[in-house]
Amino acid sequence: MSKFRKKEKGEMPAISTASLPDIVFMLLFFFMVATVMRDSSLMIENALPSADQVEQLKKDRTIFIYAGKPSSQYKQFGEEPRIQFNDAFITVEDVQPSIYQGISEMNEELQSKVVVGLKVDKNTNAGLVSDIKQELRKANALKVMYIANTKLEQ
Amino acid sequence: MAKRSAPEVNAGSMADIAFLLLIFFLVTTTIEKDKGLLRSLPPIDDTEVEPPVIKQKNLFTVNINRNNQLLVEEEELPITELRQAAIDFLDNGGGTNPAGQSCDYCKGEGSSESSDHPDKAIISMKHDRETTYEKYMEVQNELVAAYNYLREREAARLYKKYYPNSDKVFTAMLEEKEKNQYSKDEVLNERIETVKKLFPMKLSEAEPDKN
Repeated sequence: MSKFRKKEKGEMPAISTASLPDIVFMLLFFFMVATVMRDSSLMIENALPSADQVEQLKKDRTIFIYAGKPSSQYKQFGEEPRIQFNDAFITVEDVQPSIYQGISEMNEELQSKVVVGLKVDKNTNAGLVSDIKQELRKANALKVMYIANTKLEQ
Repeated sequence: MAKRSAPEVNAGSMADIAFLLLIFFLVTTTIEKDKGLLRSLPPIDDTEVEPPVIKQKNLFTVNINRNNQLLVEEEELPITELRQAAIDFLDNGGGTNPAGQSCDYCKGEGSSESSDHPDKAIISMKHDRETTYEKYMEVQNELVAAYNYLREREAARLYKKYYPNSDKVFTAMLEEKEKNQYSKDEVLNERIETVKKLFPMKLSEAEPDKN
Protein backbone atom coordinates (compact mmCIF):
# COMPACT_ATOMS: atom_id res chain seq x y z
CA MET A 1 0.00 0.00 0.00
CA SER A 2 1.50 3.22 -1.02
CA LYS A 3 0.90 6.48 0.64
CA PHE A 4 0.55 8.34 -2.58
CA ARG A 5 -2.29 7.07 -4.54
CA LYS A 6 -1.98 7.59 -8.19
CA LYS A 7 -4.46 10.02 -9.65
CA GLU A 8 -7.08 8.57 -11.79
CA LYS A 9 -6.37 9.51 -15.29
CA GLY A 10 -8.67 11.58 -17.46
CA GLU A 11 -10.58 13.35 -14.69
CA MET A 12 -10.40 17.12 -14.81
CA PRO A 13 -10.31 18.98 -11.52
CA ALA A 14 -13.50 20.97 -10.96
CA ILE A 15 -13.11 24.68 -11.56
CA SER A 16 -13.51 26.51 -8.35
CA THR A 17 -16.43 28.93 -8.43
CA ALA A 18 -15.67 30.35 -5.03
CA SER A 19 -14.52 33.67 -6.48
CA LEU A 20 -17.62 34.07 -8.59
CA PRO A 21 -19.54 36.02 -5.91
CA ASP A 22 -16.59 38.37 -5.59
CA ILE A 23 -16.55 39.08 -9.29
CA VAL A 24 -20.27 39.60 -9.39
CA PHE A 25 -20.13 41.91 -6.39
CA MET A 26 -17.48 43.94 -8.08
CA LEU A 27 -19.71 44.44 -11.10
CA LEU A 28 -22.63 45.13 -8.82
CA PHE A 29 -20.80 47.90 -7.02
CA PHE A 30 -19.73 49.42 -10.30
CA PHE A 31 -23.30 49.65 -11.52
CA MET A 32 -24.57 50.86 -8.17
CA VAL A 33 -22.10 53.70 -8.27
CA ALA A 34 -22.67 54.50 -11.94
CA THR A 35 -26.46 54.44 -11.71
CA VAL A 36 -28.25 57.72 -11.54
CA MET A 37 -31.82 57.26 -10.58
CA ARG A 38 -34.21 59.51 -12.43
CA ASP A 39 -34.84 62.21 -9.92
CA SER A 40 -38.04 63.54 -11.31
CA SER A 41 -40.68 61.59 -13.09
CA LEU A 42 -42.09 63.44 -16.04
CA MET A 43 -45.69 64.44 -15.89
CA ILE A 44 -45.65 65.93 -19.35
CA GLU A 45 -45.09 64.80 -22.88
CA ASN A 46 -41.50 65.42 -23.68
CA ALA A 47 -40.50 64.78 -27.26
CA LEU A 48 -37.41 66.87 -27.76
CA PRO A 49 -36.73 68.74 -30.98
CA SER A 50 -33.62 67.84 -32.91
CA ALA A 51 -30.61 69.93 -33.81
CA ASP A 52 -27.16 69.27 -35.19
CA GLN A 53 -25.09 72.10 -33.71
CA VAL A 54 -25.26 70.65 -30.23
CA GLU A 55 -22.83 70.88 -27.36
CA GLN A 56 -22.32 68.58 -24.45
CA LEU A 57 -24.15 69.44 -21.27
CA LYS A 58 -22.40 69.52 -17.92
CA LYS A 59 -24.78 67.88 -15.54
CA ASP A 60 -23.30 69.12 -12.28
CA ARG A 61 -24.14 72.74 -13.01
CA THR A 62 -27.49 72.34 -14.65
CA ILE A 63 -30.99 72.99 -13.42
CA PHE A 64 -33.63 71.36 -15.53
CA ILE A 65 -36.94 72.89 -16.40
CA TYR A 66 -39.45 70.83 -18.33
CA ALA A 67 -42.37 72.06 -20.33
CA GLY A 68 -45.02 70.44 -22.43
CA LYS A 69 -48.54 69.15 -22.50
CA PRO A 70 -49.58 67.10 -19.46
CA SER A 71 -49.26 63.45 -20.40
CA SER A 72 -52.20 61.08 -20.53
CA GLN A 73 -52.03 60.13 -16.83
CA TYR A 74 -52.33 63.76 -15.85
CA LYS A 75 -55.29 64.68 -18.00
CA GLN A 76 -56.88 66.56 -15.11
CA PHE A 77 -54.36 69.36 -15.62
CA GLY A 78 -55.83 70.15 -18.99
CA GLU A 79 -54.44 70.35 -22.48
CA GLU A 80 -52.44 73.53 -22.24
CA PRO A 81 -48.65 73.19 -21.99
CA ARG A 82 -47.39 73.41 -18.43
CA ILE A 83 -44.02 73.94 -16.81
CA GLN A 84 -42.59 71.26 -14.57
CA PHE A 85 -39.80 71.74 -12.08
CA ASN A 86 -38.58 68.77 -10.04
CA ASP A 87 -41.80 66.90 -9.31
CA ALA A 88 -44.46 69.53 -9.57
CA PHE A 89 -46.20 71.76 -12.05
CA ILE A 90 -45.34 75.39 -11.57
CA THR A 91 -46.63 78.59 -13.06
CA VAL A 92 -44.56 81.12 -14.92
CA GLU A 93 -44.34 83.30 -11.80
CA ASP A 94 -42.86 80.40 -9.83
CA VAL A 95 -39.94 79.96 -12.19
CA GLN A 96 -37.83 82.60 -10.53
CA PRO A 97 -38.03 81.23 -6.94
CA SER A 98 -37.55 77.70 -8.27
CA ILE A 99 -34.35 78.75 -9.97
CA TYR A 100 -33.08 80.38 -6.79
CA GLN A 101 -33.91 77.20 -4.92
CA GLY A 102 -32.11 75.10 -7.51
CA ILE A 103 -29.05 77.33 -7.33
CA SER A 104 -28.90 77.21 -3.54
CA GLU A 105 -28.93 73.41 -3.63
CA MET A 106 -25.90 73.38 -5.87
CA ASN A 107 -22.22 73.10 -5.15
CA GLU A 108 -20.93 76.47 -4.12
CA GLU A 109 -18.17 76.88 -6.64
CA LEU A 110 -20.53 76.01 -9.47
CA GLN A 111 -23.25 78.45 -8.48
CA SER A 112 -21.87 81.20 -10.65
CA LYS A 113 -21.67 78.91 -13.66
CA VAL A 114 -25.23 77.71 -13.52
CA VAL A 115 -26.85 76.62 -16.77
CA VAL A 116 -30.56 76.15 -17.12
CA GLY A 117 -31.46 73.16 -19.24
CA LEU A 118 -34.75 73.59 -21.01
CA LYS A 119 -36.37 70.33 -21.93
CA VAL A 120 -39.34 71.46 -23.90
CA ASP A 121 -41.69 69.36 -25.95
CA LYS A 122 -41.49 70.20 -29.62
CA ASN A 123 -45.19 70.88 -29.96
CA THR A 124 -45.21 73.54 -27.29
CA ASN A 125 -45.82 77.16 -28.18
CA ALA A 126 -42.64 79.17 -28.39
CA GLY A 127 -44.50 81.85 -26.43
CA LEU A 128 -44.30 79.76 -23.26
CA VAL A 129 -40.59 79.32 -23.78
CA SER A 130 -40.10 83.04 -24.16
CA ASP A 131 -42.07 83.58 -20.92
CA ILE A 132 -39.70 81.20 -19.16
CA LYS A 133 -36.72 82.99 -20.66
CA GLN A 134 -38.05 86.31 -19.45
CA GLU A 135 -38.27 84.89 -15.91
CA LEU A 136 -34.76 83.51 -16.19
CA ARG A 137 -33.49 86.93 -17.13
CA LYS A 138 -35.16 88.34 -14.02
CA ALA A 139 -33.51 85.61 -11.95
CA ASN A 140 -30.21 86.47 -13.59
CA ALA A 141 -29.66 82.93 -14.80
CA LEU A 142 -28.54 83.86 -18.25
CA LYS A 143 -27.01 80.70 -19.58
CA VAL A 144 -29.60 78.56 -21.24
CA MET A 145 -29.29 75.26 -22.97
CA TYR A 146 -32.08 74.16 -25.25
CA ILE A 147 -31.79 70.44 -24.90
CA ALA A 148 -32.24 68.61 -28.17
CA ASN A 149 -31.75 65.25 -29.75
CA THR A 150 -28.75 65.01 -31.97
CA LYS A 151 -29.54 65.02 -35.62
CA LEU A 152 -26.83 63.83 -37.93
CA GLU A 153 -25.45 66.53 -40.13
CA GLN A 154 -26.33 66.16 -43.74
CA MET B 1 -16.65 16.44 25.61
CA ALA B 2 -16.68 17.00 21.95
CA LYS B 3 -16.63 20.57 20.94
CA ARG B 4 -19.63 21.32 18.84
CA SER B 5 -18.59 23.31 15.89
CA ALA B 6 -20.89 25.92 14.45
CA PRO B 7 -22.49 24.66 11.30
CA GLU B 8 -21.06 26.36 8.25
CA VAL B 9 -23.37 28.75 6.50
CA ASN B 10 -23.94 27.73 2.97
CA ALA B 11 -22.72 30.55 0.79
CA GLY B 12 -23.59 28.90 -2.46
CA SER B 13 -26.59 31.12 -3.10
CA MET B 14 -24.62 34.30 -2.55
CA ALA B 15 -23.75 34.47 -6.22
CA ASP B 16 -27.41 34.18 -7.15
CA ILE B 17 -28.42 37.00 -4.87
CA ALA B 18 -25.63 39.18 -6.18
CA PHE B 19 -26.62 38.38 -9.75
CA LEU B 20 -30.16 39.37 -9.04
CA LEU B 21 -29.06 42.75 -7.72
CA LEU B 22 -26.64 43.15 -10.59
CA ILE B 23 -29.35 42.56 -13.14
CA PHE B 24 -31.63 45.02 -11.38
CA PHE B 25 -29.03 47.77 -11.55
CA LEU B 26 -28.12 46.88 -15.12
CA VAL B 27 -31.71 47.35 -16.14
CA THR B 28 -32.31 50.58 -14.26
CA THR B 29 -29.09 52.28 -15.30
CA THR B 30 -29.48 54.93 -17.92
CA ILE B 31 -26.26 56.59 -18.76
CA GLU B 32 -27.75 59.81 -19.96
CA LYS B 33 -25.90 62.26 -22.07
CA ASP B 34 -27.88 65.38 -22.70
CA LYS B 35 -26.91 67.66 -25.50
CA GLY B 36 -28.29 70.92 -26.65
CA LEU B 37 -27.81 74.41 -28.00
CA LEU B 38 -26.07 76.68 -25.53
CA ARG B 39 -27.22 80.27 -25.71
CA SER B 40 -26.87 83.28 -23.47
CA LEU B 41 -29.77 85.53 -22.61
CA PRO B 42 -29.26 89.27 -22.46
CA PRO B 43 -29.28 90.70 -18.94
CA ILE B 44 -32.16 92.96 -18.01
CA ASP B 45 -31.23 96.51 -18.74
CA ASP B 46 -33.13 99.19 -16.83
CA THR B 47 -31.04 102.11 -17.92
CA GLU B 48 -32.85 104.58 -20.08
CA VAL B 49 -30.18 104.90 -22.68
CA GLU B 50 -31.31 105.43 -26.20
CA PRO B 51 -30.26 102.33 -28.15
CA PRO B 52 -27.83 103.08 -30.94
CA VAL B 53 -29.29 103.32 -34.38
CA ILE B 54 -28.50 100.29 -36.46
CA LYS B 55 -28.46 100.59 -40.19
CA GLN B 56 -30.99 98.43 -41.93
CA LYS B 57 -28.31 96.79 -44.03
CA ASN B 58 -26.52 95.53 -40.91
CA LEU B 59 -29.65 93.87 -39.67
CA PHE B 60 -30.77 90.45 -40.79
CA THR B 61 -34.34 89.95 -39.70
CA VAL B 62 -35.85 86.53 -39.31
CA ASN B 63 -39.54 86.29 -38.52
CA ILE B 64 -41.53 83.16 -37.85
CA ASN B 65 -45.28 83.50 -37.95
CA ARG B 66 -47.91 81.43 -36.21
CA ASN B 67 -48.15 79.05 -39.15
CA ASN B 68 -44.44 78.31 -38.85
CA GLN B 69 -43.63 80.20 -42.03
CA LEU B 70 -40.35 81.95 -42.29
CA LEU B 71 -39.92 85.55 -43.37
CA VAL B 72 -36.30 86.52 -43.92
CA GLU B 73 -35.50 90.11 -44.88
CA GLU B 74 -39.15 90.66 -45.84
CA GLU B 75 -39.21 87.66 -48.15
CA GLU B 76 -40.51 84.20 -47.61
CA LEU B 77 -37.72 81.65 -47.50
CA PRO B 78 -37.68 77.88 -47.03
CA ILE B 79 -35.72 76.79 -43.97
CA THR B 80 -33.23 74.87 -46.08
CA GLU B 81 -31.93 78.12 -47.54
CA LEU B 82 -31.73 80.00 -44.26
CA ARG B 83 -28.26 78.84 -43.36
CA GLN B 84 -26.74 79.97 -46.64
CA ALA B 85 -28.59 83.28 -46.49
CA ALA B 86 -27.23 83.93 -42.99
CA ILE B 87 -23.71 82.98 -44.05
CA ASP B 88 -23.90 85.33 -47.04
CA PHE B 89 -25.09 88.13 -44.81
CA LEU B 90 -22.43 87.69 -42.12
CA ASP B 91 -19.63 87.11 -44.57
CA ASN B 92 -20.46 90.03 -46.85
CA GLY B 93 -17.88 92.50 -45.60
CA GLY B 94 -19.09 95.47 -47.62
CA GLY B 95 -17.63 98.17 -45.39
CA THR B 96 -15.64 98.75 -42.24
CA ASN B 97 -16.09 97.89 -38.58
CA PRO B 98 -16.46 100.60 -35.89
CA ALA B 99 -12.65 100.82 -35.69
CA GLY B 100 -12.50 101.61 -39.38
CA GLN B 101 -10.96 98.35 -40.54
CA SER B 102 -12.38 96.55 -43.50
CA CYS B 103 -13.03 92.84 -43.30
CA ASP B 104 -10.01 91.29 -45.00
CA TYR B 105 -11.01 87.71 -44.18
CA CYS B 106 -14.54 87.92 -45.48
CA LYS B 107 -15.18 85.97 -48.64
CA GLY B 108 -18.60 87.40 -49.43
CA GLU B 109 -19.68 89.59 -52.29
CA GLY B 110 -18.85 92.85 -50.57
CA SER B 111 -22.19 94.23 -51.63
CA SER B 112 -23.12 97.64 -50.28
CA GLU B 113 -26.67 96.42 -49.70
CA SER B 114 -25.67 93.87 -47.09
CA SER B 115 -23.68 93.95 -43.85
CA ASP B 116 -20.58 96.14 -43.43
CA HIS B 117 -18.51 93.92 -41.20
CA PRO B 118 -19.07 90.81 -39.05
CA ASP B 119 -18.59 93.05 -35.99
CA LYS B 120 -21.60 95.08 -37.01
CA ALA B 121 -23.79 92.38 -38.46
CA ILE B 122 -26.70 91.52 -36.23
CA ILE B 123 -29.21 88.76 -36.74
CA SER B 124 -32.52 89.67 -35.25
CA MET B 125 -35.06 86.96 -34.72
CA LYS B 126 -38.67 87.30 -33.81
CA HIS B 127 -41.37 84.74 -33.45
CA ASP B 128 -45.04 84.60 -32.69
CA ARG B 129 -46.40 83.18 -29.45
CA GLU B 130 -48.09 80.46 -31.43
CA THR B 131 -44.98 79.31 -33.24
CA THR B 132 -44.11 75.75 -32.29
CA TYR B 133 -40.98 75.16 -30.31
CA GLU B 134 -39.80 72.69 -32.93
CA LYS B 135 -39.73 75.33 -35.64
CA TYR B 136 -38.11 77.79 -33.30
CA MET B 137 -35.33 75.32 -32.56
CA GLU B 138 -34.85 74.57 -36.24
CA VAL B 139 -34.33 78.24 -36.97
CA GLN B 140 -32.00 78.70 -33.99
CA ASN B 141 -30.07 75.69 -35.13
CA GLU B 142 -29.63 77.03 -38.66
CA LEU B 143 -28.45 80.41 -37.40
CA VAL B 144 -25.97 78.88 -34.96
CA ALA B 145 -24.84 76.63 -37.79
CA ALA B 146 -24.08 79.68 -39.93
CA TYR B 147 -21.82 81.10 -37.22
CA ASN B 148 -20.19 77.75 -36.64
CA TYR B 149 -19.52 77.32 -40.34
CA LEU B 150 -17.75 80.66 -40.58
CA ARG B 151 -15.77 80.12 -37.39
CA GLU B 152 -14.78 76.71 -38.61
CA ARG B 153 -13.53 78.25 -41.83
CA GLU B 154 -11.48 80.90 -40.05
CA ALA B 155 -10.06 78.40 -37.58
CA ALA B 156 -8.96 76.23 -40.49
CA ARG B 157 -7.32 79.21 -42.15
CA LEU B 158 -5.41 80.27 -39.05
CA TYR B 159 -4.67 77.11 -37.12
CA LYS B 160 -4.88 74.23 -39.56
CA LYS B 161 -1.16 73.64 -39.12
CA TYR B 162 -1.65 72.63 -35.48
CA TYR B 163 -4.44 70.22 -36.29
CA PRO B 164 -3.44 68.71 -39.61
CA ASN B 165 -5.58 65.61 -39.21
CA SER B 166 -8.92 67.08 -38.35
CA ASP B 167 -11.54 68.39 -40.76
CA LYS B 168 -13.08 70.63 -38.16
CA VAL B 169 -10.37 72.69 -36.57
CA PHE B 170 -12.63 74.78 -34.35
CA THR B 171 -14.41 71.72 -32.99
CA ALA B 172 -11.05 70.08 -32.37
CA MET B 173 -9.89 73.13 -30.44
CA LEU B 174 -13.01 73.19 -28.29
CA GLU B 175 -12.67 69.48 -27.61
CA GLU B 176 -9.09 69.94 -26.55
CA LYS B 177 -10.12 72.72 -24.22
CA GLU B 178 -12.78 70.47 -22.74
CA LYS B 179 -10.26 67.69 -22.22
CA ASN B 180 -7.81 69.92 -20.40
CA GLN B 181 -10.36 71.84 -18.39
CA TYR B 182 -8.38 71.49 -15.19
CA SER B 183 -5.10 72.73 -16.63
CA LYS B 184 -5.70 76.03 -18.34
CA ASP B 185 -3.98 76.36 -21.67
CA GLU B 186 -3.57 80.06 -22.30
CA VAL B 187 -2.47 79.73 -25.90
CA LEU B 188 -5.42 77.55 -26.79
CA ASN B 189 -7.89 79.84 -25.04
CA GLU B 190 -6.49 82.79 -26.87
CA ARG B 191 -6.82 81.05 -30.22
CA ILE B 192 -10.42 80.17 -29.50
CA GLU B 193 -11.14 83.75 -28.52
CA THR B 194 -9.48 85.02 -31.69
CA VAL B 195 -11.70 82.88 -33.85
CA LYS B 196 -14.80 83.87 -31.89
CA LYS B 197 -13.90 87.52 -32.25
CA LEU B 198 -13.65 87.27 -36.03
CA PHE B 199 -17.32 86.30 -36.15
CA PRO B 200 -18.88 87.45 -32.87
CA MET B 201 -22.26 85.88 -32.29
CA LYS B 202 -24.75 88.70 -32.37
CA LEU B 203 -28.05 86.94 -32.39
CA SER B 204 -30.77 88.96 -30.79
CA GLU B 205 -34.25 87.78 -30.04
CA ALA B 206 -37.20 90.08 -29.77
CA GLU B 207 -39.99 89.23 -27.43
CA PRO B 208 -43.12 88.06 -29.16
CA ASP B 209 -45.98 90.54 -29.16
CA LYS B 210 -48.52 90.09 -26.44
CA ASN B 211 -51.95 89.63 -27.83
